[in-house]
Amino acid sequence: MKILVCISKSPDTTSKIAFTEANTKFDENGVQYIVNPYDEWYALVRALELKEANGGSVSTITVGTASDDAVIRKALAIGADDAVRIDAEPKDAYFVAMQIAEYAKNENFDIVLTGKETINYNGSQIGGMISEALNLPFISLASKMDVTDSTLTLETEIVGGLQVVEVAIPAVVSCAKGMAEQRIPNMRGIMAARTKPLNVIPAADIDFLTSYDSYELPEAKSACKMIAPENMDELVRLLHEEAKVI
Amino acid sequence: MSTLVYISSRNGIAKNAKEAVTYAKKIDSEVTVVTTGDADEATLNSLGEFGASKVLVDRSVSFDDSQQLTNVIAKAVEITAANTVVFSHDLAAKAVASRLSVKLKTGFISGAIDIPQGDTVKVNVFSGKAFGNVKINSERKIISLLPNSFQPESSQTNCTVEEFDGNSGEAQIKLIDTKKPEGEIPLPEAELVVSAGRGLKGPENWGMIEDLADSLGAATACSRPVADIGWRPHHEHVGQTGVAIRPNLYIAAGISGAIQHLAGVNGSKVIVVVNTDAEAPFFKAADYGVLGDAFEVIPQLTEAIKKFKASN
Repeated sequence: MKILVCISKSPDTTSKIAFTEANTKFDENGVQYIVNPYDEWYALVRALELKEANGGSVSTITVGTASDDAVIRKALAIGADDAVRIDAEPKDAYFVAMQIAEYAKNENFDIVLTGKETINYNGSQIGGMISEALNLPFISLASKMDVTDSTLTLETEIVGGLQVVEVAIPAVVSCAKGMAEQRIPNMRGIMAARTKPLNVIPAADIDFLTSYDSYELPEAKSACKMIAPENMDELVRLLHEEAKVI
Repeated sequence: MSTLVYISSRNGIAKNAKEAVTYAKKIDSEVTVVTTGDADEATLNSLGEFGASKVLVDRSVSFDDSQQLTNVIAKAVEITAANTVVFSHDLAAKAVASRLSVKLKTGFISGAIDIPQGDTVKVNVFSGKAFGNVKINSERKIISLLPNSFQPESSQTNCTVEEFDGNSGEAQIKLIDTKKPEGEIPLPEAELVVSAGRGLKGPENWGMIEDLADSLGAATACSRPVADIGWRPHHEHVGQTGVAIRPNLYIAAGISGAIQHLAGVNGSKVIVVVNTDAEAPFFKAADYGVLGDAFEVIPQLTEAIKKFKASN
């Protein structure tokens, strides 16, 4: 079983979000980058579990510049066999997905995995775009995935519940909570990651379709109105008359 | 010029589908809806209330396979020559809209919270901690609308229903089973949400949270630690790595309000926080705060709600 896991970096979940250059650029000052949690906790770890059970290989792919190498090494430390970095500044989801598809189309992967979204842009676009470019089925928001012979059985989130589906490989799957448990890399993994292959390849000539013109921060909330714990009738009155939500 | 809206009509017309049609009507006066499945004609016709003048339905697609739906919607785009394709940013549409973006080589803006200004659309980014203004560089646009950003508005329009063949192709994905807990309100759609965290000390104490939710007709939710230790099911976890919600009212008991939790709920219109710790960061994000013990405050709030409901 040959598995490709798409890895993106994202700011640490506790990062303060600010912008520079007249609100046109994300302020990276003091920001710690991590492997996007959905890519790491769910997609990568489940890929490793499937490899441990069935054999095969787990490769990661990232569209980014040399500044992404630290998070790619983290993915290798957790257990991926090798990594590919397509050397380009990621312009938009279409650009990134088409770069990955361009690479993957000749590599005969059985499963291509993504996280359900990145925690910075929250687009949920990459998996669907890759699947369309490769003309493969796409199973989104999977919370469980098992393989028997060449069939994947998946549990996925739907509005108000779950559904179980089957699909023949090759397929593209986006991974959500429940798929696997986070793994902390051990010293041996970190040492081994230093010598695992990280292949940097040139970007294909691909357009981008969207661009971020500017950013805004939400207006600061006005001060919280405190209500005495023994006066819940007053809270109900405020929710009805002032906030008008009940 | 026309706008095409994809909605799922498999379980009737959901509120977020009505929102998407309302939104499309604000972009363009000519709105066509495309859907699949076996919803009856009267149900589909009712979309005229929100401004649709035509509904195209492909009866042959029986399951939401993103590959088939993408083919059907692409066919509808061809028929209607639509300039804009609108989705609700729900679980199923995310997969279909991104496929369609590649199939039509059309820019896709996901998570819109406002109507387009020229080629630019405002979206939620950084898990709700900021907004971005995204420009589409292609002639046509695909936009997915974040649920609960626009309320459905009446715009009575004469609506016709037309069956069509969307050339969906074969289904690659086989549906084996569907598990829907009976009687629960799905979190992403809920307008009122009651949530609790580790402050509740144990899963056996959730009865009072459910009672409060029942009294309001609200959905229940929880913080990440509570889902991780198994006190509550994972699908109830709201926050940065769980579900992001934007209800009208979010009541949080015994949740300190870590930045990761806030990321999932800060789109809520009104936030009420109940906590024993005056320093809990959640009070800074709240509209109304109650400094007190959830074990005393929540049952009293439930009684107050019941009293209010009985007299209104």
